[in-house]
Amino acid sequence: MFFTTIILAVREIRRHLLRSFLTVLGIVIGVAAVVTMVTLGQGATAAVAEQISSLGANILQIRPGQGFGRGGGGAQAPDFAMEDVEAIEEQIAGVRAVAPQAQASALAVRNAANWQTTINGTTTQFFTAQQWQLESGRVWNDAEEQAGKAVCVIGNTVRQNLFRNDDPIGERFRIRDVACEVIGTLSARGQGGFQDQDDVVLMPIKAVQRRFSGNRDIRFIMVAVDDAYDTASVQSQIETLLRERRSIGPGEQDNFNIFDTRQISETLQGTTRILTAVMGAVAAVSLIVGGIGIMNIMLVSVTERTREVGIRLAIGAVASEVLMQFLVEAVVLACLGGLIGLLLALVVTFFLAPVIQVPFLFDPQINLIAFSVSALIGIVFGYFPARRAAALNPIDALRHE
Amino acid sequence: MANDPIIALRAVTKTYGSGATAFQALKGIDLEVATGDFVAVMGPSGSGKSTAMNILGCLDVPTGGAFLFKGVPVEQLDRDQRALLRRRYLGFVFQGFNLLARTSALENVELPLLYRGEEKSRRRETAMAALAKVGLADWWDHTPAELSGGQQQRVAIARAIVTNPDVLLADEPTGNLDTTTSYEIMELLTGLNRDAGITVLMVTHEPDMAEYARTIIHFRDGLVERVEQGAAA
Repeated sequence: MFFTTIILAVREIRRHLLRSFLTVLGIVIGVAAVVTMVTLGQGATAAVAEQISSLGANILQIRPGQGFGRGGGGAQAPDFAMEDVEAIEEQIAGVRAVAPQAQASALAVRNAANWQTTINGTTTQFFTAQQWQLESGRVWNDAEEQAGKAVCVIGNTVRQNLFRNDDPIGERFRIRDVACEVIGTLSARGQGGFQDQDDVVLMPIKAVQRRFSGNRDIRFIMVAVDDAYDTASVQSQIETLLRERRSIGPGEQDNFNIFDTRQISETLQGTTRILTAVMGAVAAVSLIVGGIGIMNIMLVSVTERTREVGIRLAIGAVASEVLMQFLVEAVVLACLGGLIGLLLALVVTFFLAPVIQVPFLFDPQINLIAFSVSALIGIVFGYFPARRAAALNPIDALRHE
Repeated sequence: MANDPIIALRAVTKTYGSGATAFQALKGIDLEVATGDFVAVMGPSGSGKSTAMNILGCLDVPTGGAFLFKGVPVEQLDRDQRALLRRRYLGFVFQGFNLLARTSALENVELPLLYRGEEKSRRRETAMAALAKVGLADWWDHTPAELSGGQQQRVAIARAIVTNPDVLLADEPTGNLDTTTSYEIMELLTGLNRDAGITVLMVTHEPDMAEYARTIIHFRDGLVERVEQGAAA
């Protein structure tokens, strides 16, 4: 009998294709919105996690000032010096690599090609800390590092924009008025979330300090902690050391901060997760509106089909069969709408993900939940009209014009 | 034909509303219909014949008195039990045909079989046989909009007889049809009564149509005025 009811429902839907489609439009849009939001949100969360983890495992970032950037202690928070880097390297146990960094943004020019990029001055320890392999060439040697020679290792994006298909090793290009020799290229790391990690030129830190920033300041220090050591204890040791070196009295606040990348990662992932939930909830409202749309049309449909209900009752349908017919019709409609919505979301996320630069992640769970919710909406909002149809008096229903 | 009565009404009354606005449509009907009879019910508007037909069709229950269908007191059955009784023993033909719109003749005829839970192949076979009986086998895939009034009524009759009912209730079956078509429909009903042994109860205004019946019952003011032998008796 149940199977028969489904046949009846499908027949009825097929007979009124346009009306059926308009009925479920709300569900289609609701399901598509929820699934799109959540899928993209999860992609964003994954992108954040990936970008942070691409900085390396067990990495501590030390910056002057308080909080992110240079807020808080602002003017009173001096940058670091090379002596700080050496002190960390020598005095703290469990440090695998310490890489100072001085950055400048500049235009790189080669022949007719030019490219705005980030110049990152560091030491060869950077490669160790980041566990970043070269694709070709070599890194600078100690002599070049000490001399601050204008040699550089370039990221994949810079290579493509300046050299196209040429072999860049041994070639020179110009940054401001400095001619740099390319001695190595980095292996590609790809689009790490919100910023292109391959868009970078690495040079010995002294070269950047002398030729671009004009001082000996170090903007931040990256510390890679040995796997065998506890990151938190290394962090507190560094904090004690730096407070001493920067002559911060007891009771005074730090004028620098140390971030554990994993901590940042967890914080940011938490934030994007909440954002995803909020967006999903907003989209869920449209799903409920879609359900009300179904109820609305089903109520009209019951009135319109009063005579049909009368015929069915006269022929010998019992009330529960009429109820089931309308209920199943609503549920089948809602499920169809849910399916169309899922397909729509799949197409939208597939094409939208690259545009907003998040990975496309198909999550079966949210798809299943959204589909179940649309079926549930069919039951909840289909029940009231169905009960109304089942309660009709056959004599009045037959007389209904 | 001296058969047992398939239908018996005993002092049946029907009152609509209550209190001051109450209206008594049936004021005490005693009636018996023998198995295999062809009965025409006649009477002016408001005589109570429609109310009586609703009760005989198990669509409505009497306020007072007893209605025995095959010896079963229908007034004691609930809504769903009466629906099952209609499904098993009754067939309906209406003045306005009452076919499902945008639905093929075959699907319309199949409808009662669906509620009986019959299999698809058997359903199709039985429905086609019923359509053949009313002479519309070639029109099975036409929707009501593509059929003439007479054809629509034939489909409705096929739908009514597809379950092999004991009783066929026809409420002014020729009321919307021209004379020639009306006679064709009446011939069809007569044939079903004669060949399949289906008891036919028909409401009509037209004496011409009542001529086909064996028994004619006249209603007036909520009472049976007289019962007479029809021309076919």
